[in-house]
Amino acid sequence: MTSPYPILSILGILIVTLTLAAGLIWLERRLLALWQDRYGPNRVGPFGLLQVLADMIKIFFKEDWIPPFADKAVFVAAPAIIVVTVLMSFAVVPVAPGIIVSDLDVGLLFVLAMSSLGVYSVVLAGWSSDNKYALLGGVRAAAQMLSYEVFMGLSLMGVVLLAGSFNLTAIVEAQRNLWFVAPQFLGFVLFLIAGAAETRRLPFDLPEAESELIAGFHSEYSGMKFGMFFVGEYLGVILISCLITILFFGGWLGPVLPPIVWFLIKVMFFIAFFILMRAALPRPRFDQLMSWGWKLMLPLALANLLITGAVVLAWRS
Amino acid sequence: MFSVVRTIWYVLLHMFHKRITVQYPDEKPYLAPRYRGRIILSRDPDGGERCVACYLCAAACPVDCIALQATEDPTGRRYPEFFRINFSRCIFCGFCEEACPTYAIQLTPDFEMGEYQRPNLVYEKEDLLINGPGKYPGYNFWRVCGVQIGGKDKGEAENEGPPVDIHSLLP
Repeated sequence: MTSPYPILSILGILIVTLTLAAGLIWLERRLLALWQDRYGPNRVGPFGLLQVLADMIKIFFKEDWIPPFADKAVFVAAPAIIVVTVLMSFAVVPVAPGIIVSDLDVGLLFVLAMSSLGVYSVVLAGWSSDNKYALLGGVRAAAQMLSYEVFMGLSLMGVVLLAGSFNLTAIVEAQRNLWFVAPQFLGFVLFLIAGAAETRRLPFDLPEAESELIAGFHSEYSGMKFGMFFVGEYLGVILISCLITILFFGGWLGPVLPPIVWFLIKVMFFIAFFILMRAALPRPRFDQLMSWGWKLMLPLALANLLITGAVVLAWRS
Repeated sequence: MFSVVRTIWYVLLHMFHKRITVQYPDEKPYLAPRYRGRIILSRDPDGGERCVACYLCAAACPVDCIALQATEDPTGRRYPEFFRINFSRCIFCGFCEEACPTYAIQLTPDFEMGEYQRPNLVYEKEDLLINGPGKYPGYNFWRVCGVQIGGKDKGEAENEGPPVDIHSLLP
């Protein structure tokens, strides 16, 4: 089933996500300030909302410089990859019944595949910059993505087992009686952590790690190319929040209010939670990150999958 | 793991705390009376310049931002011919105020001295002089010191006895 108005859905989702991503710059600064006893940007326009506009004008007029030692083609392509892959993932996100670009039967796999492709952006950016800090950031990104991608997929398989489908709309519909966060709480926690690592948000922003690596993989980027990484990161946050909402918190399901409002409320809650994590948690050391990923998260995800599978088998037979 | 959750909770509670930010242009911060801000030159209670152009402030200044030239009026009262402070160099350390023997140079609780052009930060004597005694209302250097100036002869200063007649043999 696809949307009755495909063009409208495409435009709507594109415009809303991109506006939301820009608005998140303001929201993040305000929320971080809120949790750090400050005010944040509150001067430009009502509540400082026009700060977004000011930031955008600033970033558009900045010098867009390509270092002479960089690998030019790859350097230019890298920031585009992250935005494209994340936007592609939004194609399968069901916002409300009928508001979806493409209702793929393997929607969840598609999202996972796209988020894996997004890693290329970071790795290529780090590599093509020909800068040791950028390269270190890129290498860290590759290692981090590799280890967190594994249990990110595994933590979602419990949900797939319960719903019996990879289709995101079907997964939402399967939660009519009970949100999957209750039977799959461990899966939810694992996916939350993996999602933060996947979007390279604090506390897992080791590829960026401005206190160690200047700006990590985008050290050499300026102007709108830097802006693309920023937009890509915020789009990633929105995407992960959407996925958490869809997979564990019943998507658009909810009483009284229209479905799209429920969806937005839930998504905003998780976006705020990601920002709260950034405000609260310190960055782990890189070896800690890796050992947690392989020695703690992966066995937990496997155990979760095993137990869920056993319970589902016993239930059905 | 528990400590992570607890940290997140405590940080969340911070949204109910009082804001630390002082919204500056709307809300002025409290500056102590002894705040070291814009430098002024004060006057005696009777309106004369306190500065005696001793150069101690210029000598004490670690960044050499004070320039002046001493001169005397016909009655022997010393004063600066010009007195110039380059505020683009000044670090507001207050050493000039400490060095001043006559309480003439003083730092005030005012820091709003922004300028678009650097030369505008060079203050001349007429910019620095104020019409009052500043932090020391009753003090009049020329009334306390033993130097003879117009309107005050030897021995007429406060707590000063009449000058000794060195030609007399009487005690």
